[in-house]
Amino acid sequence: MPETDPISTDAEVASPAFIDKDLVEGEHSAASIRAALINRPRQDLYDYWSDITNLPSFMENVKAVDILETGRSQWTIVGPGGMDIQLVSEITEDVPGQRIAWTSSEGSDVDHEGWIEFKDNAFGRGTEVRLFISYDPPAGAVGKVVAKVLQREPRIQARRELRRFKQLMETGEISTSKAPDAAPRGDRHF
Amino acid sequence: MRALTWHGKHNVQVDTVPDPQIVNPRDAIIKITATAICGSDLHLYDSMIPGMSNGDILGHEFMGIVEEVGPANTTLKPGDRVVVPFVIACGKCFFCDHKMPAACDNSNPAEKADASEVAYGYAMTGAFGYSHLTGGYAGGQAEYARVPYSDYGPIKIPDGVSDERVLFLSDIFPTGWMAAENAQIKPGDTVAIWGCGPVGLFAIKSAILMGAGRVIAIDHHPRRLELAKQNGAEVLNFHEVKVREALMEMTAGIGPDSCIDAVGMESHGFSPDNIIDAVKQETKILGTDRPHVLRETIMAVRKGGTVSVPGVYGGVADKWPIGAFMEKGLTLKTGQTHVQNYLPDLLQLILDNKIDTTDLISHRLPLEQAAEGYKNFKTNQNEWTKVVLLPH
Repeated sequence: MPETDPISTDAEVASPAFIDKDLVEGEHSAASIRAALINRPRQDLYDYWSDITNLPSFMENVKAVDILETGRSQWTIVGPGGMDIQLVSEITEDVPGQRIAWTSSEGSDVDHEGWIEFKDNAFGRGTEVRLFISYDPPAGAVGKVVAKVLQREPRIQARRELRRFKQLMETGEISTSKAPDAAPRGDRHF
Repeated sequence: MRALTWHGKHNVQVDTVPDPQIVNPRDAIIKITATAICGSDLHLYDSMIPGMSNGDILGHEFMGIVEEVGPANTTLKPGDRVVVPFVIACGKCFFCDHKMPAACDNSNPAEKADASEVAYGYAMTGAFGYSHLTGGYAGGQAEYARVPYSDYGPIKIPDGVSDERVLFLSDIFPTGWMAAENAQIKPGDTVAIWGCGPVGLFAIKSAILMGAGRVIAIDHHPRRLELAKQNGAEVLNFHEVKVREALMEMTAGIGPDSCIDAVGMESHGFSPDNIIDAVKQETKILGTDRPHVLRETIMAVRKGGTVSVPGVYGGVADKWPIGAFMEKGLTLKTGQTHVQNYLPDLLQLILDNKIDTTDLISHRLPLEQAAEGYKNFKTNQNEWTKVVLLPH
């Protein structure tokens, strides 16, 4: 048999599916990675994400992103119980067309880090996008429970935000069936 | 507007609810002129499919007149007559690109998609009026409906063609057609079809159009068997014969080339396996489906044959005859209907008078009598073969 390169995909991806915790655990107590295949060119996706003022368009609990100065931005996020959380985020890495990483600055309400990676799918199926989110939930363990009840626990947050990003990039809109406008209901559920 | 809403097992009623609105750029609002009760609605009526909420509007087979379109919709305009596919698909993702709209990645809203991802290992595609597992969209048994991605799914209907002739393009006609296509029929083949409800009848019509030499239809309701016969099928009443033995006898010991399970999770009959399944199904834990027909198709089909399953299954089944399935070298093809793929060709078949799509309609009711329609479609399946509701 001649020696050939294996045709399998690169398994050294960061994913909760792989057991190596160094790959998937962030600095903070709650962390998650989620992958999505998006049927759009890599550069388009990078361009949209790298303008971070676009992010509230699909991040449901981000109320506003205000640019402070190069690489720094002020985020207003809906926290547990509806109270606003403020954090200042700093871009730590920006590889054009490929990867953006960020971390929270001192004085933020939530200590937080994250990254997003864009990679051409090896088989021509668009762009593989991986999103990593890690943070210390507000108010420690209790806050984590509250966040989970509110479905803002990072694992759920990462997959929903990536789904909405994919919907927006592929279809130009975000799917919704929210009552009453998008899906009227009889009694209850308004 | 007035709409049929779900309020629990065997409890549906017509309520006044807010009118739907355009919320996304590709939306359209359709004024519904005709909508049907589908066999799969009975799984919701019977509370066999989870994820329903009190007040949800039912209905996924509907058509009407475009009332309003969103700013990004350049294909439809107010006044167009359209039939709306029950599958909500974006037309842009990998699956839509590859002609699998019933596997669309985007139509189930992010906050609804988690539930089915946990249950099925993937997030289900959106559908109208079919529980929050498929997106929690309001259905079409109403005066109006919001249709997302309406520049991709709905098909325009030429003037002068009655609603009744084209309404079933929304579900049961393409579902019966795909069932026959999945059966991999070659000219002259023998095809056995379990269930002579609407999908079974369309599978019979489709199999014959595709060149089947012989179609054998199985049911126990005399009126449905009569309809099957009128459509060119030979018939078996499973109360009168042992189905597999009868099929073996009719095919000189070989068995049908293809078998179609157009029954699904709530099969009738008093075979021992079906009774045990029904008991387990009541617990909602030990089992959720009654796969008697699925087992029977695998046992009856010829060696190397194909089993096609348009019938709806919702959860887990056991006593799967994997030995027979493997040893006989069978092919199984199934899935929700890729409705959008079939619409132009099937509309043409209707316009060319190659198929009668109306013979199965037994009742036409105003929307206000929808609850009566559900009750009878459920309990009097012999007479109530297909119910069309008229909201306006």
